[in-house]
This record gives sequence, C-alpha cells and structure tokens, in this order.
Amino acid sequence: MKLLLIGGTSEIGLAIARRLRPSHTVLLGRNEERLAAAADGLEGEVATGVLDGDGAVERAFAAAAGFDVVVLAIGVLGGQAGLDADTEEALAVMRVNFLDSGALMLQSLRGLRAQGRGTLVVLSSVAAERPRASNPIYGAAKAGLDGLAQGLGDAMSSSGVRVLVVRPGFVRTRMTAGLQPAPFATTPEAVAEAVAKGLNGNAHTVWVPSRLRLVFAVLRHLPRPIWRKLAL
Amino acid sequence: MSLVRPGDSGAIEAAIAGCAGGAISRGMGRSYGDAAQLRGGLVLQTTRLKGIALDQEAGTVLAQAGATVGELLASLVPAGWMVPVVPGTQHVTVGGAIASDIHGKNHGVAGTFGTHVEQISILRSDGEVQSTEPGESLFEATVGGMGLTGVILSARIKLCAIPGPLLAVDTDRVASLDDALDSLRAPGGPYRVAWLDLLSAQPGRGIVTRANHIDDGDASPIVRARATVPRRWPAGVLRPSSVRAFNAFRFGSAPRAERGRSESIARHMFPLDALDAWPRLYGPRGFMQYQLVVPSGSERTLETVIERLRRSRVPCYLAVLKDFGPANDAPLSFPIEGWTLTLDVPRSARAAELLFDGFDELVAESGGRVYLSKDARMKPDALRAMYPRLDEWRAARDRADSRGLWRSDLALRVGLL
Repeated sequence: MKLLLIGGTSEIGLAIARRLRPSHTVLLGRNEERLAAAADGLEGEVATGVLDGDGAVERAFAAAAGFDVVVLAIGVLGGQAGLDADTEEALAVMRVNFLDSGALMLQSLRGLRAQGRGTLVVLSSVAAERPRASNPIYGAAKAGLDGLAQGLGDAMSSSGVRVLVVRPGFVRTRMTAGLQPAPFATTPEAVAEAVAKGLNGNAHTVWVPSRLRLVFAVLRHLPRPIWRKLAL
Repeated sequence: MSLVRPGDSGAIEAAIAGCAGGAISRGMGRSYGDAAQLRGGLVLQTTRLKGIALDQEAGTVLAQAGATVGELLASLVPAGWMVPVVPGTQHVTVGGAIASDIHGKNHGVAGTFGTHVEQISILRSDGEVQSTEPGESLFEATVGGMGLTGVILSARIKLCAIPGPLLAVDTDRVASLDDALDSLRAPGGPYRVAWLDLLSAQPGRGIVTRANHIDDGDASPIVRARATVPRRWPAGVLRPSSVRAFNAFRFGSAPRAERGRSESIARHMFPLDALDAWPRLYGPRGFMQYQLVVPSGSERTLETVIERLRRSRVPCYLAVLKDFGPANDAPLSFPIEGWTLTLDVPRSARAAELLFDGFDELVAESGGRVYLSKDARMKPDALRAMYPRLDEWRAARDRADSRGLWRSDLALRVGLL
C-alpha cells in the first residue's frame, strides 16, 4: 500500500501511517527538519517533500505513480479567544484549516480521480458538527472543510474514489497540550485504529471514539437555549 | 455504469480508446458478487464473440471469449470431446471461466479450467492484442485475474476425449461431516461432490456422489430449462421450515448406497440449469454465497464453520463440500489442495455479514481463502491475509495495464488494485 500524508508531522497523521504500515509513504509538510525526524519513525520506504505553493501534491502523485490512501492532516487550533482573538491569528486559523486544507483536498482528489481509485482520509473534528462558543473560529473553519469533503465525496461517488471524513473528539497531542481534556478525550493511536477500520470497510464517516456519533446526533439538534446553557 | 456488447475486437478497442472512467469485461454475469460491474464505468459484455473452432487432430478447441460452456459442449460432446473442467452451470463464458479460473467436481484430478488453457489472446488497455501462454506472467495473472489484466478475446483449450455423453454415478448417504470427507476420498470416479443438509437436527448429514464417464447410451450434451422462476416470486417461500422439509425429502429419497446409475453429463453437472432464473427463489433480496477452501489437515476449521453457522440465526439453504487437488501457478487462482465448502444464505439474514467476517479470520488462519467470484462482502484485510501472492499478481497486472483502465466494483471493494 502506498500512502501520502499531507501534514507529514501531524501526530494523528503519523499514528495512522504507523498503523497502516504502508510499503511506501510520502510525507508532505512545511518544515523539512521535522519531516526528516518524522520519517525516521516510520517503517518501509519513506520520502519527504516540502509544501511550497502549488504542485507539491501533483509532483508526489507523479513521483510515486499514485497512492492507495491520502491522509489530509493539516490543522492549527489557534487561541481559544473567539471574538477577542487577534484578527491576523483568526484569519490564519481559518486560512490553514479551510483554504489551505481545501486546496490540498482538491489537488489530492484530482490525483485520485485520475487513477480511478483510492481513498482520501480527511481529518475533520467533532467541532465541525456544531461549532461551539468556546472555539468558534476553529469550529467554523473545520465545518467548512468537513462540508467540502462531504460534497466532493458525494460528487465522486461513482468514480472509484472514496472520501473518508474522520471526526475525532479531543485528541491528546501537541496541538491540544495544556488544554483541559474534554469528555471522551482520545489518543492519536485510537484515531489511527478507527481510520484503519473505516478503510477496511466501506465507511464514509468515522467518529473517534465512536460514541461521539450518538452524542453529537443529540447535541446538533439541541434547541439553542439549551445548547448555550451547556456552554461546551 | 454503461454496458456495451461489442461485436468484435475492433469495437472493444474503439470503446476503450477514449474511456476515462475505467472498464471491466463481463461474460454471462453469473458471478454472485460485483466482479463484472463497475459503478460509473464501462462494462464490456463479450457475449457476442461466440466463435468455436474444433481441431480434432490436436484435440483442442479455439473459442472466443463469449462462447459458453453449454455452447462448447453442444458442439464438442457429439464429436467425442469435452472441456476437461466444467462448473456447476453451463451458462458461463470461456472468458469468465478463465478470469475466475473456475473449477468443477473433478478438481482433484483435473485441476482448474486455466490448467487446460494453452493460449489466450488478450486485448490490453493500450489497444494491443497480445497472445500469451502458460508460464508467462501475463498468462498467470490473467488466469483467476478477475478480468483486470485486459479483455480476454479468445483461448485455445486442450480437450479430453470422452467415450459418450453419459456418466456412471455412485451415490452414498452420509451421516456426518467426517463421513462425507471420507466418502469424497473413497475409490471411484473423478467427479465428486457432497451435498450437506445443514438445517437438519443431524448436522452434516448429506449425499455424496462420485461419477465416471461410460461409453454406452445417448443423451443431450446440454440441459434445457424445464421451468422458469417468475420475476415476481414472493420472498417468503424459501424459509427454514420449507427448506428443512425439502432437504429431508431429498435426503430420504436418495439411495443409501447405489453404484453405477447412468446419468447424462449435463444433468449431473448442471442440475440447477433445469430451473431457469433459480436465484429468484430467494425473493427480491436474493442470496449470498460464501465459498471457502481450507488446506488438507484443517478439517476442524470446517467443523467450526458449520458449528458457528448452526448456532447463528443465519439459515444455510444449500451447502456443498468438495475436495480440491493441488493448486496451479496462477497467483490469484482460488483452489488449493484441501476442502472447499460452499454456503448459500438468504441476504435477508442480517447476521450473515458479521458471521462471514468471522469465517474469513478462521479461514485465513488455517491458510485457506475465499472465492472472489462468489464474494460480495469481503474486506481488504481478509484479502491480504488469504492471497499471499497478491503483490506478485499486482506487479504483473500493472505491467499489462499501463493506463490503469481495468477495474471493477469487486477490485475496488476488496483492494485488489
């Protein structure tokens, strides 16, 4: 199996790579040194590439002669300030989580469509299901990405390409270090396990832990006054 | 999915020339799963390519991909020849027989269909027609290759001479799985099969037949359907109680131990062809078939499978047990030396998929595998565990299909590509 990990230093992304044990892995990211360090931790053949503007994904597809699985694991959490956040920072959170990720999603799906098979795994978040007052900017950006992934996945349903949207709850990683874990907190390894299971079946959405599917089925339909009182 | 029925290889070439969404060839469409369909893609049905040329001197037949086993027998048997391997229905094409590397009741001595193929002409995705012979990687990847190496156009098949259209059939009733296994390896003719009644209170009771060619008498080389199951057959007719009663009747009316009853080849090989559209018996939701093989020495795995099936709420309406001889050289060919068990269950049985996932693990652990041509539910993990030569097959396939054109719903689902 050949794997492309976009966001090559993402802890969840790397946990997925370790779990899937691909024969070939390509890591794309911004920081060359950290990519090299991440590559050292993986088995099989590993190549790295720097995400510098357009074309990196296309080049990776050409160099590897296609991929079986592409994992899109780009994301920043940003401050939790909401309206009080620095505008630049707020825009950066929106840009990385939606625009940059969205552009990489389009490029990846074009690559997969050309080969007529393969799965794109998009790391979304439970925050996408109903953005919360405590991190509205991150939630809204992820909601955008999640919606894009769903729409494109449906559009490609007869092309042989599958889009697998992964919605983890609170995952204990570098990104969430120092934050108070939310209920149902999970680990990168658990997310990787759920992704592996989803890939093996024919799932289109994976929640981690899986109980969150039920929890959010309720939460998303809560009348707003109650939702607000919950102050999640 | 758009389906075309090209009249010659030129038409196939034209159809695939500008095709971007993938393509797969299809014969009679008798696979029970999604092997010959492709969502959003092009399906090339080869059933108009029907040429058959018998070479009496060489004892071979050159058949186009769309000729069916029934059509072959109709022209070969009167001349004293037969294809050495026929499946459980006469309605499969030569192309499909090669792509699934089908087996018959005589696998123990004759091997698979592919074993008797001397040459295949195959249309590759780049439009080239390539001829390939045993030992070449394209040939071995095409035999059992589920149509994913290209469109099989024709094949030259080595025939066996037969003394006539009749078989002498030995029949034994057996009381248990172990008796069935013993009886399948007892002395007698090469065509061997056991029918098991898994719904009875006595698990594994059944009927074993062993048959051999004989040289007197006359009979039709093919089966003509005597009845057709109507399109609007209701769902509730096949149910555990009715099938249990039918099975009891079938078991009870079979002779305890009979030797040498003569029966036509066609009637013996293709009993289900007498009832056209028989899958409709299962009602609108249809049925699933699970066919496994485990190596000799793993008889306890068969026992566990049957025991688990009986404890589940999944009713098995038809169970067939056969012995397999040595495997051939094709990396994706299903048969390996051992025992093959085939289970038919209604798709309305909700627990079936979960049950079969569990069987996959048992079968893979014992070194066995599941037949892709019958499959509609297997997962990629299971495929990797069952077919250790998958990577070798993929490499040969990728060499043959530089465009990455050939794919099927089955291939995408189980991760063949």
